[in-house]
Amino acid sequence: MQNLLLGASVALILVISFMIYKLTTLINVAKGSKTDQEASSNNVNGILMLAFLIIGGVAATWSAVAYFDLYDIPVASEHGVKTDSMFWITMWITGAAFVITHILLFYFAFKYRYKKDAKAKFYPDNHKLELIWTLVPALVLTILIMYGLRLWNGITDTAPEQAEVVEIMGAQFAWRVRYPGADNALGKYDYRKIDASNAFGMDLSDKSSHDDFVPREIHLPKGKPVLLKIRARDVLHSVYLPQFRVKMDAVPGMPTQFWFVPTKSTADMRAETGNPDFNYELACAEICGEGHFSMRMIVVVDEPADYEAWKKSQQTWLAQNPEYLSQVPEELQEVAMLSAGIEENESKDSSL
Amino acid sequence: MSTANVDLTDEMGHDDHGHHEQSFVSKYIFSTDHKTIAKQFLISGIIWAIIGGLLSVVFRLQLGFPNMDMAWLRPFLGEWINIDAATGMGKLDTEFYLALVTMHGTIMVFFVLTAGLSGTFSNFLIPLQIGARDMASGFMNMLSYWFFFLSSVIMFASFFISTGPASGSWVIYPPLSALPQSMSGAGLGMTLWLVAMALFIVSTLLGGINYIATIINLRTDGMSFTKMPLTIWAFFLTAIIGLLSFPVLLSAALLLILDRSFGTSFFLSEIYIGGEALPNMGGSPILFQHLFWFLGHPEVYIVLLPSLGITSEIIATNARKPIFGYRAMIGSMMGIAILSFVVWAHHMFVTGMNPFAGSIFMLLTLIIAVPSAIKAFNYITTLWKGNIIFTPAMMFSIGLVSFFISGGVTGIFLGNAALDIQLHDTYFVTAHFHLVMGSAAFFGMIAGVYHWFPKMFGRMMDRKLGYIHFWTSFIGIYLIFFPMHYIGIAGFPRRYYSFTNFDAFSTFTDLNAFISIAAIATFVAQLIFVFNFFYSIFKGRRATQNPWNSTTLEWTTPIEPGHGNWPGPIPKVYRWPYDLSKPGAKEDFIPQNVPFAETPESNLPHEQELAGLEGKEDNTIKVD
Repeated sequence: MQNLLLGASVALILVISFMIYKLTTLINVAKGSKTDQEASSNNVNGILMLAFLIIGGVAATWSAVAYFDLYDIPVASEHGVKTDSMFWITMWITGAAFVITHILLFYFAFKYRYKKDAKAKFYPDNHKLELIWTLVPALVLTILIMYGLRLWNGITDTAPEQAEVVEIMGAQFAWRVRYPGADNALGKYDYRKIDASNAFGMDLSDKSSHDDFVPREIHLPKGKPVLLKIRARDVLHSVYLPQFRVKMDAVPGMPTQFWFVPTKSTADMRAETGNPDFNYELACAEICGEGHFSMRMIVVVDEPADYEAWKKSQQTWLAQNPEYLSQVPEELQEVAMLSAGIEENESKDSSL
Repeated sequence: MSTANVDLTDEMGHDDHGHHEQSFVSKYIFSTDHKTIAKQFLISGIIWAIIGGLLSVVFRLQLGFPNMDMAWLRPFLGEWINIDAATGMGKLDTEFYLALVTMHGTIMVFFVLTAGLSGTFSNFLIPLQIGARDMASGFMNMLSYWFFFLSSVIMFASFFISTGPASGSWVIYPPLSALPQSMSGAGLGMTLWLVAMALFIVSTLLGGINYIATIINLRTDGMSFTKMPLTIWAFFLTAIIGLLSFPVLLSAALLLILDRSFGTSFFLSEIYIGGEALPNMGGSPILFQHLFWFLGHPEVYIVLLPSLGITSEIIATNARKPIFGYRAMIGSMMGIAILSFVVWAHHMFVTGMNPFAGSIFMLLTLIIAVPSAIKAFNYITTLWKGNIIFTPAMMFSIGLVSFFISGGVTGIFLGNAALDIQLHDTYFVTAHFHLVMGSAAFFGMIAGVYHWFPKMFGRMMDRKLGYIHFWTSFIGIYLIFFPMHYIGIAGFPRRYYSFTNFDAFSTFTDLNAFISIAAIATFVAQLIFVFNFFYSIFKGRRATQNPWNSTTLEWTTPIEPGHGNWPGPIPKVYRWPYDLSKPGAKEDFIPQNVPFAETPESNLPHEQELAGLEGKEDNTIKVD
């Protein structure tokens, strides 16, 4: 049925095209003269140009206002506030250029449409004018560049010493996170050690890995700098946190990073948006395969005290997977059990 | 230069007598005539544009109406429509969605707007506008088309294999494109993509070398570089950009082929996929991105510059005014051409590239806005106090200027690394480049077809249908891409099959549906053009020799120029191509081949001096 409909509509277009074509030829023949026809089409099109300017301008303004609350998404990071303000400054400047040039373009098209007795002005150049519109954009762009560079350098500067470190790893098609645990140091990893349980390829001969924990959600402290250490296991992914204005690719074989300061807890955001179900989300912004659109992980921003409590409540990865104790070098096993929080009998159970 | 011309003139004289019959094959298929090759490129380009457009209709249906039953597409797409056993509902396969996006991008950027645009107009206009019998090498020119054809066949064939065409997006970033276990489109489909693109690059290089050689060597007497129409300048610079950048894509493709099939690790390192750790170490996916965008960014200008050249020509002719700031236009095109090579990494601000490199590329990128702004201002000033004739070509050119501005201003956001963090890979980018390079370049191409159709086929396209085509396309394109900015500012990522998984992207369902409807309507409106084009080839009103009262040399040829373009000697050129509405002149245009000596009434003082020299020049040439 729909096939038929599709075919019919294509046929209809062709038939209509043909009829318009025939009709105009007939009219041309009846009218006889070409120049009159040119002139009348010119009037119609000239007026349409002006109409497009006005109607288009109204529609653009209306939609920009009507959808504002939908596209002006809340911001929840320190640098995000700055980039947002830069965004809107750029919007006003380029918006002005856009509006002025379009008014001139369509108004000139309308005003100087063909008239029989008119003659165009021979006006091949004007160096002064050209100099002005080279220098003015250059100047405005210089300001934008300076401002932008300062922001960019600040954002990409080295993370503060005391930043909370979180490792995020992209894999087809899910995110995984790892926290450094009590020692505040992420353990080394080796991609060849990855298996079904050891998704991060943690190298258990490194002491720092014993207290690392791998939760199901990301928790971040409000008001404290957070350093994301980003890597990918298979193909490119991209860590994208829309409300924090954070995006950084995850690259296999080349760890990347991004640091920022969350400024609103999940509870703050729920109050601000009036949405009790609001959750921060981590999305993937680099095509990574058929599940690209489903790589979602919930991000929770806690008040600092809640965050610390949450961290304490997390069981270490090694405690969740005590069978991996066997990969820990003999001399480190006792320390490992201590820092991983494994009870003596637990490990014996698993070794049975 | 002159010897080449003499030889060809002799040959032409010979033709006049005997007119040896060319076989159908050598005339229309394996032709070495630049005009026929141009038409071959054009018609191939139109067919590719329809295919590319259809693909976008399918994925727009998915994006606009995610709950739609697509079972009706099963006769066309077969297994790519998954039928739910319980409900009988048809759903587009998630990976095929990515294949659609990938192929839409590849086809539109390379097969339509590179081959279809440069292939058509560089081939058609270079010899006609500089006054040459044909391209420097007709044979290479023919090879260029047939390599393109072979490339097209292979790319098209990839739709019909069971694992589907390439699906890692048109930028084919490894490791996704390198590992068949990452997605099914990374298998044979990707191999075919790479082979097709390698052949495509060969075609582009053969064409480009020819364009450059022809423009440098075969200009007619008097056609100095400062008397060349802006179209030729644009084609010239485009060919140079292509010649310098396409080989880099070829090397990237070759290295990728090695990584895929021969176990090398140029782009692969520390990968665990499909339950196993791959042995590759030390490669860098970022390296590929550098190589890709070293072509990929200049490619934007390869697509856009010819359209800007075409527009310059059409706007001047139909505003009946010289193009404002001829030298500034050349200068800004040169500026764009040079800068286009040093901005590529603005596509990579958030790929993990060193942030300092990001700063440099941000600086260079925003500089390119200056020559672009100059061009836009010059177009507008050309309209000022003109006597504008709205031919369909003129309207599409005005449309191009509008898209160039609307799409251009958003470039200032994206070129700013700090803003790009949020906007990168969102629909803001999609809206930006579809306006500034997609639609603008497309409008230039369409404008060119309307404008030079009479020269190509000796007939006119229908005006009224042209107007309807313009207004539906112009309004339609804005209805698609203007609202898309809102979706982008809201942070919606590109290449998502659906947005239902995320709370953050659950809004805008109405706008997405609206965009899809606009896209389908705009696509359907293109059928008006297709009809007009093919119908007019056979049944269009007969063209006159110079239907737009234009000044350039192609309109001095017979209505349907034969092999060699001019039956007699090639006209000489005495003046620049923009003597339109010159004060004192009898008519509102003076063709380039009219000597100053014949127009004392309109000569400017320095031209009057040249008029005195014209006779002497003739003498010296005769002595030679």
